[in-house]
Amino acid sequence: MKADLVIIGGGPAGMSAAVAAYDAGIRDIIILERDKSLGGILRQCIHNGFGLHRFKEELTGPEYAYRYELQVRERNIPFKLNTMVLDITPSKVVTAMNSEDGLFTIEAKAIILAMGCRERPKGALNICGRRPAGIFTAGTAQKFVNMNGYMPGKKVVILGSGDIGLIMARRMTLEGAEVKAVCELMPYSGGLARNIEQCLNDFSIPLMLSHTVVEIHGKERVTGVTIAKVDERRKPIPKTKQYIECDTLLLSVGLLPENELTKSANIILDRITGGAVVDQNRQTEIEGIFACGNVLHVHDLVDYVSEEAEIAGKAAAAFINGKHANDKSLKLVTDGKVRYTVPQCITACADVTVYFRVADVYRDVRIVVRDGDKVLVNKKKQKVAPGEMETVTLTKEMIEGVSTDTLSFSIEA
Amino acid sequence: MIRELTCIVCPKGCQLKVELEGKNILSVSGYTCKRGLAYAETECTAPMRTLTTTAPVEGGGVVPVKTDKPVPKELLFKCMEVVNSACVAKDAKLGDVVVENILDTGANIVTTRNVQL
Repeated sequence: MKADLVIIGGGPAGMSAAVAAYDAGIRDIIILERDKSLGGILRQCIHNGFGLHRFKEELTGPEYAYRYELQVRERNIPFKLNTMVLDITPSKVVTAMNSEDGLFTIEAKAIILAMGCRERPKGALNICGRRPAGIFTAGTAQKFVNMNGYMPGKKVVILGSGDIGLIMARRMTLEGAEVKAVCELMPYSGGLARNIEQCLNDFSIPLMLSHTVVEIHGKERVTGVTIAKVDERRKPIPKTKQYIECDTLLLSVGLLPENELTKSANIILDRITGGAVVDQNRQTEIEGIFACGNVLHVHDLVDYVSEEAEIAGKAAAAFINGKHANDKSLKLVTDGKVRYTVPQCITACADVTVYFRVADVYRDVRIVVRDGDKVLVNKKKQKVAPGEMETVTLTKEMIEGVSTDTLSFSIEA
Repeated sequence: MIRELTCIVCPKGCQLKVELEGKNILSVSGYTCKRGLAYAETECTAPMRTLTTTAPVEGGGVVPVKTDKPVPKELLFKCMEVVNSACVAKDAKLGDVVVENILDTGANIVTTRNVQL
């Protein structure tokens, strides 16, 4: 089989990229999705708050996904469901399988990686104790409750205050569980302020900052956890240990871009984002292979995923049509307070919005972009935090005028 | 009395300050849009929330649903009881009404996806 464009993943990034590539004139597209329907993780995110930027109204996850599914269907863009991609090569051969076609390969002119991300599992946490039933990632619990209608437990402790953990604290409470506490290792929450308000405060669920779970109790089933306060170096303080009786521990301790396929094509990954290194078109170092959405870096809002996927879709179309300018070569470097940028490099003179995250909470600071000693951007911010992605837009004129080969991003007092 | 609130209208999460005298609002600050101002006012008088949950489907399984407008916050658990005892038809489509005018709030419970994929 051959195709102009293969899109791996039928979630919000994959669907939005497909629509953008189609609207830029590409017809020979195929979306490969491993689940039984399009929509990706949005299918289980039944809460509202999606789409305020894109659609100027507040949608639930399934509604947001359906808007894009309709756009895919209206254009008759082909997709294969229940299809697992096993391998991609640097020469853009995609190997996949499903129960109808068996094992098959597609030679693609361009590939868009849109595989999304995965939750950091318990194995990555080094918590003492046995391995009883009752420990779930927040997303797994979300799938059980929202898709299957099963409650994973009755008395719950949540470790990590990422948005999925906060959302699940409310969801489990509404369904009759008692959520005893949300413990967060850091002195601040990684979740949105609105979610702390409407998911925890509304139900008087305590958020215990600078706390972690040090031991899980129970043999067959979780019977409780021991939590402790941590010091500035995030080491548990023994005398602050306390026992909380519970039958369920949910983990909301971070998301990791799912890049096994990217690695199989030998594409270089950014050590910080866990996603590919890309240019302003979201093209990886291999020409014709693009990445967008949470597989590239974890986003705060699906609206931004859709936006980024459109960039990748349009750029893939331009690449397939042989219209791909490379008239600049800039590396974006960071000072450590800015942890990473996406894109990591700029290869053409165009308006470019750079997305980045900071390493800590900083107040009354400036976001500064420099070309050597020359300041290009100097943007005041009352507060920046790791949980909130920041953006800076560089104009075509600014990029044209850059005299060195790097742009440095920093947070300054 | 000054009450501090986090606005929940959008992901920005503005920090609002509401100056109150009993139940009367004297002033609101910290909001950056009209919706934020409206939120501060209702939050201090009669807080409202949109409920999102699932409802049982005829023959088994669940389908996601929501209230089509916010309902009084104190009625959330009562709404949950009503929704959990409802039954959604197997051929229900996105936006179909599952419970009309739930608990006389004026809000309907509607599905947020087609039951059949």
